[in-house]
Amino acid sequence: MLHNDLLQIKEKELAGRKPFTLRCCMAAGCMSSDSKGVKQQLEQAVAEAGLQDQVEVRGVGCMKLCCQGPLVQADPTGVLYEKVSPQDAAPIIAALNGAQNNLAKSDPNAPFFAKQHSIVLANSGIIDPERIESYIAADGYLALHEVLNEMTPKDVVEAMVKSGLRGRGGAGFPTGLKWGTVAKSAGAKKYVICNADEGDPGAFMDRSVLESDPHAVLEGMAIAAYAVGADQGFMYVRAEYPLAISRLQIAIKQAKQMGLLGAGIFESPFNFNVDIRIGAGAFVCGEETALMASVEGKRGTPRPRPPFPAESGLFGCPTLLNNVETFANVAPIYRKGAEWFAGIGTEKSKGTKVFALAGKIKNTGLIEVPMGTPMRTIVEDMGGGAPDGGKIKAVQTGGPSGGCIPSQHLDTPVDYESLGKLGSIMGSGGMIVMDETTGMVDVARFFMEFCMEESCGKCIPCRAGTVQMHNILDKILQRKATARDLAKLEELCDMVKNTSLCGLGQTAPNPTLSTLRFFRNEYEELLQPDKFGPRGTDAATAQPTAATQ
Amino acid sequence: MNAAVATPQKNQNRIQAVLKHASGDKRFKILEVHMKKHQFRQDALIEVLHKAQELFGFLEDDLLLFISVKLKLPPSRVYGVATFYHFFQLKPQGEHTCVVCMGTACYVKGADKVIAAVQAHAKIKPGETTPDNKVSLLTARCIGACGIAPAVVYDGTVTPRVTPEAAVEQIKKWM
Repeated sequence: MLHNDLLQIKEKELAGRKPFTLRCCMAAGCMSSDSKGVKQQLEQAVAEAGLQDQVEVRGVGCMKLCCQGPLVQADPTGVLYEKVSPQDAAPIIAALNGAQNNLAKSDPNAPFFAKQHSIVLANSGIIDPERIESYIAADGYLALHEVLNEMTPKDVVEAMVKSGLRGRGGAGFPTGLKWGTVAKSAGAKKYVICNADEGDPGAFMDRSVLESDPHAVLEGMAIAAYAVGADQGFMYVRAEYPLAISRLQIAIKQAKQMGLLGAGIFESPFNFNVDIRIGAGAFVCGEETALMASVEGKRGTPRPRPPFPAESGLFGCPTLLNNVETFANVAPIYRKGAEWFAGIGTEKSKGTKVFALAGKIKNTGLIEVPMGTPMRTIVEDMGGGAPDGGKIKAVQTGGPSGGCIPSQHLDTPVDYESLGKLGSIMGSGGMIVMDETTGMVDVARFFMEFCMEESCGKCIPCRAGTVQMHNILDKILQRKATARDLAKLEELCDMVKNTSLCGLGQTAPNPTLSTLRFFRNEYEELLQPDKFGPRGTDAATAQPTAATQ
Repeated sequence: MNAAVATPQKNQNRIQAVLKHASGDKRFKILEVHMKKHQFRQDALIEVLHKAQELFGFLEDDLLLFISVKLKLPPSRVYGVATFYHFFQLKPQGEHTCVVCMGTACYVKGADKVIAAVQAHAKIKPGETTPDNKVSLLTARCIGACGIAPAVVYDGTVTPRVTPEAAVEQIKKWM
């Protein structure tokens, strides 16, 4: 495989394009509403109308507006059909020639689409994720070729530093710095791992990226491997995402056949292989040291750092670990330049961020916006606000590690620092909107129950603390708690946050703390008068007796 | 002293029994081929457990012992890994499975009510199977179908926007 071969594949693919294309969403959300049946019917209707030379029916990845699926978009007219059923196939084909129909359509120029800025999702909903040629036609693997032929590993790291990309898994560690550390670590064998263990309930960005554009992630991993000097990669994917796993398997097989993975990529001395490791349902495996233990076939328990994975990671070798979305940003950065990327977003948070918009909101689905976009733009303009005339009460970001941002702070720009100041985190990108009917204490208990069940049990603050905090939250909801219990809860939150071994425990109190900060009245409304006096200060007047006990 | 000597012997006997039992079952052969594909590497344990569950439906003790012998791992390690991850089932499942997603988006859209309805109708708690082995009720952390919440997976098929009534209808069909 050489540069010319890539261009030839691209030309051949583009020359084979037909005048009309019907793009049919084949991501997990739409598939559950029978988009497979829709695609089959469309193909059949094209054949019946004898239009095989005119119309291509292409299965594509996520088309973003998940709540209106299955979605079908016609090119070049751009008409976007929503909630398509297999019976709609014939009228859709007829409409290509200008016929009218009454099918439900979404406006592709509505704010939900118009305000998006696609880098990671640029190919999502456009290319066929199961055909490598489709990715190559969208300039795929050109960045890898350029990096291998024109840049030294040191240049690659420097460009990454210059781009200002920060880890999209949640913590926001500068990616260039991480690459540089692994590159400098001594070791004959190094590894690159892609963290696709999207455990945050309410987040589905990584699933969509893997289902819609798996090659972009593979290309990003290969570039990273070249930069740090690794020759083996692992893709750690959740078992709950069977479609993403099968698309990745197809993508790896095709890339190997074309010589874009494997030995001597682009006839250079660079070798890189990727293996898939399937998770088995443990939230803690999103933590890097736990993830590596799981890749080694062990129980996914974290270990203290240092040593950091960059020095001693998988099998004791230096290991680079990045999130799916981080890797998906890599190829565009080298294709268009680090300066271009650094020009998007805010001073400290560069580029775009993909969010999974869900919950009590009109338009649920995937959005990608430049960093620094006000949250109000996302939930009100793009999301369309709460359904049925309801009022938005809070927006939850960061899942069980994040917090709830109340409606009065909706003008906050979405970047790592601003969200941190409000006691939440950027997180991996789950954004759950809550309306007036959602009780915040209930939400806090929901997340605490999650952390309690997902705690691996290795360190005591997290193992025992989450259980105790959950008990108190339960007691509050049952209207049996007093101010004393609330004080105990806050004390425990502080203790677990500061003494836990890994991120799971350290962030487990966040949903409780942030709801306490902004919705304290909801907690206090549920409290009962303390028979022993408030917080025990008035003990003299209310001596505990057998009756009150 | 006697007990200490007898225990390894007892273990050996059990292992022999397991291997004998395995030789008569084709699924063990398929599993062994799968292990061979991974060159019997110990770090492929999770991959092997996935395959074993796919073949047998759940992981019983003898199966775990078989894997530990073949991968030359202590049974404690195999059992420890199998019990750590939620995905691995150590009990047999019913003919049909109903997995209710309990991710945040599904929760705020009423997945708890779906579970309560199914629970009340089938008289089983999440994680349990009806006495006639027809239906298992399970919960999932998040299946990533948040755009179509609340989602329920019936026998591997994801169903969007499920109401408590619709879920009970589906369970009735199976029972």
